[in-house]
Amino acid sequence: MKTGFDFARWFKGRKVQRFLVIFTFMAVPLLLLFVFTYLPFGEMVNFSFYNMRYTGTRTWVGLQNYIDVFRRDDCFGALKLSFYYMAGAVVQLMLALYFATLLSFRVRGGSFFKGAIFFPYLINGIAIGFIFKFFYTRGFVLDTVLGWCGFELDQLPFWLRDTNINNISLVATSVWRYMGQNMVLFIGAIMSVDGELYEASRLDGANRFQQFIHIILPNIRTIVMLNLILSITGSLSAFEPAYVITSGANGTATYFVLMDELAHVTQKVGLASAMAVVLLGMILLATLLQKLFFKYVFRSAEDEDKGAGARRERRLARYARRHKTGKGELRP
Amino acid sequence: MKVFLFVKKAAAKILIYASLLLAAFIALVPVVSCVITAFKPDEEYAATNVMELPAVWKSFSPSLAWIKEAFANFITAWQRADMLLAFRNTAIILFFVLLGSIMTGSMLAYVLSRFKFPGNGLIRSLFLFASLLPGIAMQVSLYRIMYELDFINTLYGYIIMQMGTDVISIYIFIQFFENISTSLDESAIMDGCTYFGVFFRILFPLLKPAIVTVLILKGVGTYNEYYAASLYLQDKTKYITVATCLYKFTGPLGNQYNLICAGLLITLLPALVIFILCQKQIYGGLTLGAVKG
Repeated sequence: MKTGFDFARWFKGRKVQRFLVIFTFMAVPLLLLFVFTYLPFGEMVNFSFYNMRYTGTRTWVGLQNYIDVFRRDDCFGALKLSFYYMAGAVVQLMLALYFATLLSFRVRGGSFFKGAIFFPYLINGIAIGFIFKFFYTRGFVLDTVLGWCGFELDQLPFWLRDTNINNISLVATSVWRYMGQNMVLFIGAIMSVDGELYEASRLDGANRFQQFIHIILPNIRTIVMLNLILSITGSLSAFEPAYVITSGANGTATYFVLMDELAHVTQKVGLASAMAVVLLGMILLATLLQKLFFKYVFRSAEDEDKGAGARRERRLARYARRHKTGKGELRP
Repeated sequence: MKVFLFVKKAAAKILIYASLLLAAFIALVPVVSCVITAFKPDEEYAATNVMELPAVWKSFSPSLAWIKEAFANFITAWQRADMLLAFRNTAIILFFVLLGSIMTGSMLAYVLSRFKFPGNGLIRSLFLFASLLPGIAMQVSLYRIMYELDFINTLYGYIIMQMGTDVISIYIFIQFFENISTSLDESAIMDGCTYFGVFFRILFPLLKPAIVTVLILKGVGTYNEYYAASLYLQDKTKYITVATCLYKFTGPLGNQYNLICAGLLITLLPALVIFILCQKQIYGGLTLGAVKG
């Protein structure tokens, strides 16, 4: 009787303790998550229905802000710039894949090259802004380097002012900054591929290009796709290059640079919130579509592989049978 | 045939090294041009091409006078941008943000990975969803919340905001916990250890590699953060950070790139040193942090 009572108390003690540890360990992170992510999220949706500044009175305007987002030339039109950033992202991933492949084989000075290509990732945004304002100034770094290659200064455009080229200049800085990071990720993925596969393919006489196509690419397909997806949503929300280098001048204002300006300079908080909600909706939609696409493509690829495997086995069996009986030749 | 193979191999090698050299050149030129410019006094900067090596390099001598002359821009930049204050503020911010996010992140990860309770999955997906929302978009309304909390122009307000949700570090911790056998917890509990004891005395010390990874990733992010810092730490005489102190060079100083370059090189130096010392952990941390989702 007495032992039963003790057992019950012990049991209860465990339960209470379990509750306590769950509660105390989660309280702070959940509070932070709520205050700094979900509360602003809710407030943002709320703000988007008002005509308001940060302080003072607000008036309910219903969907007017959303109508403005699509009607105003500057707002929605700014999303066109995302295409530049998407193209840049594709170039960036291809370059990263190329250099990751080179550097994952033994190369003299490999860690120097890896470090040099990666280092731009560690530079802070404001420094990036100054570096590239300096870099692109007429007659300065880029023009001098191009001069070494035989270009005349008169042939060269104003890199940050000429509206034909300035967005490309900005996208290039983004590629410069993040390519090394992608490359490091890909090197990590390539290194985790089973080394015996390379060994076997080398014995079979495969060259590096064949190794890349048949061993590396299939094995790191997942991480490449993941990065492609991230970079597409990233291009929709492109912000930093234009914000720190040109401050959105001369037609380089991306959607978020415009939103930031509306929110903090002219204090059209309602309109800026509506812009944010619209883009968030697009990003979520894009993520969802990509997830579905990803799932579909990968599942079908797996099915195909399984089918191919089964076909190969049947073929081998047929081959073995024929050889055993010695009848006829192998037909594909 | 042999000659042909040899030529082909040599051509491939040349191609590989040429492309690597070109990439390294492109990666380094913007920074190297800054280094060159930072060593030029005003007159020389105005008179020479930006890629021309500074005169002071050619007259190198290991004396204090030479060092003073060569690094004159760095000294001026350090004073103009009030960098002592900036480094002090950044050190305080880094210390508390890292301490806070490691504690909250590892505790949350412990609960999520070790206990089954209703809402576990929901909380995981709340954090995952939060990582989809681009930070810049939320700033519009976050500003208002910071304002109401009276967090604007205070270091602690900025620190608490930065501690916020860091999905990547939580994910790294969860992954790490899942690789630690639960029999360790169970035997400790059999011996009469409380859950708090299990976490602080047994599991937390084992988390070291994960903590190093999070320290580096979050540390680099916090050190380089400038958008929220300039938005919420508006008093530029008191609350500049290493990243935002560079804003002192906009405006009237906007064309004096010899000074600006010296200043930004000073802010890059700690990152460079950490990078050289912890290359492996940085690469490893990135790879670990990227496989989320």
